[in-house]
Amino acid sequence: MLEVKGIEKSFDDLKVLRGVNLKVGRGDVVTVIGPSGSGKTTLLRCINFLERAEAGEMIFDDVRYRLDAMTRKEIAALRKKTAFVFQNYNLFRNKTALQNVTEGLVVARKVPKSEAREAGLRALQKVGMADRADAYPHQLSGGQQQRVAIARAIVTEPEVIFFDEPTSALDPELVGEVLGVMRNLASEGRTMLIVTHEMQFARNVANHVVFMDDGAVVEEGPPEEIFGAPREERTRKFLQSIMNREAPAAL
Amino acid sequence: MDERVWQLMQDSFWQLLLPGLRITIPLTLISFSLGLIIALLTAMVQVANIRGLKQIARFYVWVIRGTPLIVQLFVVFFGLPDLGIVLDAFPSAVIVFAFNTGAYASETIRAAIEAVPSGQIEAGYCVGMNYVQIMARIVLPQAMRTAFPPLSNSLIGLVKDTSLAANITVMEMFMSAQRIAARTYETFALYCEVAVIYLLFCTVLTKLQTYCEKRMKNY
Repeated sequence: MLEVKGIEKSFDDLKVLRGVNLKVGRGDVVTVIGPSGSGKTTLLRCINFLERAEAGEMIFDDVRYRLDAMTRKEIAALRKKTAFVFQNYNLFRNKTALQNVTEGLVVARKVPKSEAREAGLRALQKVGMADRADAYPHQLSGGQQQRVAIARAIVTEPEVIFFDEPTSALDPELVGEVLGVMRNLASEGRTMLIVTHEMQFARNVANHVVFMDDGAVVEEGPPEEIFGAPREERTRKFLQSIMNREAPAAL
Repeated sequence: MDERVWQLMQDSFWQLLLPGLRITIPLTLISFSLGLIIALLTAMVQVANIRGLKQIARFYVWVIRGTPLIVQLFVVFFGLPDLGIVLDAFPSAVIVFAFNTGAYASETIRAAIEAVPSGQIEAGYCVGMNYVQIMARIVLPQAMRTAFPPLSNSLIGLVKDTSLAANITVMEMFMSAQRIAARTYETFALYCEVAVIYLLFCTVLTKLQTYCEKRMKNY
């Protein structure tokens, strides 16, 4: 469904992505893990054109695009088939939860208001936020805001949803509610590409795990392989450092 | 204060308030409204980074902010006729005050736009909106709320600055006070009185500002 090949991206002199390949099939839940600074987030942002890649190509629904030569029209068309969930939620602060969700329908897709409202409420229902439909973002906790952001992402029925460390900005006790919503989405068969530091989640929910380090994919495979029997030394080291950190919490 | 001066102040109160309501207030409101439109356009071409227009905007702000208001009034009213452009006093004042407000307010609005977290703009793109839609529906409404207190400042400032229009023969409130003072020699009483009326106008605006800010507090 979605495939990228040879993505390259630098910030000034710093090479952040060195030819990354990635494949997401329909219904796949792919998680990208790796140490901070490994280029995971930049990869995701390049795929949705929030950053411009310097080289590479993308195949989306069997159509081939050159990432360094995208037209504004192509970008707009592709974005309407995808959705993005940000680390910092990025809800529109002047809109209620429901308006946040319906904005993309009403304004960008010209869906009639009443229809959009119904779809919006359904989406909010799905993330357990229907009762706060009229609340403004500042009246919601981080976890609630992120759930509204997820409702905003699913309401347009995108072909793939990108998650950029969706729980990293949350207080620890709020992480669970967001992961729970994401788990439900995965079980509905939605296609998701998730950059995350939640190893348990990556292990239990994803059907494919990509380990990145230093701007490149080091190793990828099914979660039981990556977590159970990693082939690469760098993967082992990374997982070990994470597990050591998570161990006390698990006790 | 003796009886006669007190009587004079009472009599002149209406003679001052009337030009205040008929000239000072309309001059302020018309100039400020036009100024806001100019300011918004000036800020937008800079934020949207439109080449050419951005440079013109910077030049305009530079010139207006770098020259005295009263000199601008003189250039337009007394100077332009030399070039064959003759304007009445009131429209001259409106033009100068509007462009003056526009320059200062554009900086206020530009800062307010830039203060809206860029993540919301990215989110707007990701839900499929285009730049104009994001600006109109997400960024500007939030920016306007941020800009409201400093813009209120500019409005209150402008109420008082309109007194400078007396220098180019606009018969506004201060000019009226000068005339009565010249006729009666009660300068202290008259200028204090006109000051009180300006204060009155500005008090009303301050109250209005507080009220509006309260109403905008829903998000």
